[in-house]
Amino acid sequence: MSLLSASVSITRYKVEGQLEAPVLETVAAALKKNAISEIDDQVPEKVSGWTSFEKPYQPDFSGSSFVFGTYLIFTLRIDKKTIPSKVVQKHFMIESARRLAESGRQYLSRNEKQRIKDHVIDGLNLKVPATPNVYDIIWNYEESFLWFFSNLKAANEELETLFLRSFDLTLVRMFPYTAAHLNADLADTEKDILLELAPTNFKG
Amino acid sequence: MLDVAVAYNRYKFLGDEFLTWLWFVIDQDPVIFKDMDPDLTALEIGNRIVLEKRKSKSVERITIKGEDAHFEEGMLALKKGALVAELNLVFRAAEQKWQFTLKGESLNLSGFKTPKTPPPESPDDLEGAILEKVYLYDKILQFLEKLYKHFIKLRTSNAWQSRVVPLIKKWMHAS
Repeated sequence: MSLLSASVSITRYKVEGQLEAPVLETVAAALKKNAISEIDDQVPEKVSGWTSFEKPYQPDFSGSSFVFGTYLIFTLRIDKKTIPSKVVQKHFMIESARRLAESGRQYLSRNEKQRIKDHVIDGLNLKVPATPNVYDIIWNYEESFLWFFSNLKAANEELETLFLRSFDLTLVRMFPYTAAHLNADLADTEKDILLELAPTNFKG
Repeated sequence: MLDVAVAYNRYKFLGDEFLTWLWFVIDQDPVIFKDMDPDLTALEIGNRIVLEKRKSKSVERITIKGEDAHFEEGMLALKKGALVAELNLVFRAAEQKWQFTLKGESLNLSGFKTPKTPPPESPDDLEGAILEKVYLYDKILQFLEKLYKHFIKLRTSNAWQSRVVPLIKKWMHAS
């Protein structure tokens, strides 16, 4: 989802930890190292990586192209191939029949069937183009917060994993407990009370 | 700090209480919003409220939506023990309008619309267009952060049980 869209979804994060100086060079190197790679005409069915906000289909992190004002802006791209199950089934049946005819046997073992299925899926993955999904990111490094433009669970989990792998920094999602504990300037006594809170009874 | 996965489920109720309190404040004491953003002229309930009543093993869910929605059913659900799980809000400042839905359990925003900004006409306009959009998002996100901070301070104080909860109960039953 593009941050310039008319309607967006945002998940807020706190970024824990510091990068090695010089920060911009460290970020650029991590983005390049973990940039999205193309999987069309290849066996993998899914890949994720960073791409540039301006050119999501031709990643380019040269210069300071990901720096806008005081923000670091780039994009998570997740490419996935989707093969309808009936297509897999069709090719599996054809391949199974061929193997049986070749061997003169009447049955295939469970392991053989699994190997045929894997072989069929790998073959189809070579032919099916991956569908790209892009999700923008705004990172305020100085203030240690990040906005991710999606609420999708799978996309958020992919972001958290890739961010840790790329920058060695932890993203903490802001939900009721973390926003209270980390962002509400609570004193230690208030944090102790927070730990003991139970739902309010508005009925009684 | 608690384990994040454990804390997410354990404190879902806190987000729902926040949104329920927010509806109460919008209705009864909106003057406090002015301290959080002096530009604000109004904070209104938008076109959708989702209420949930959590039982031990199930959740009852009531959704009220529509531009001319009436929220009496929502108030009735509150009286029966439901809390607000999602709230669509309209934030107005001068002639500008922001609209978004806030989800209690995650504090995520969806359907977030800012005042309209012109699309960048050339690559040279892009940085300006992005920074303007970021400013418009930041205005609401900062407002929500201050609002939540205010709520949490109240929720962890004695005033919550002694003063706020009786007022919310009175509001629920008077409406």
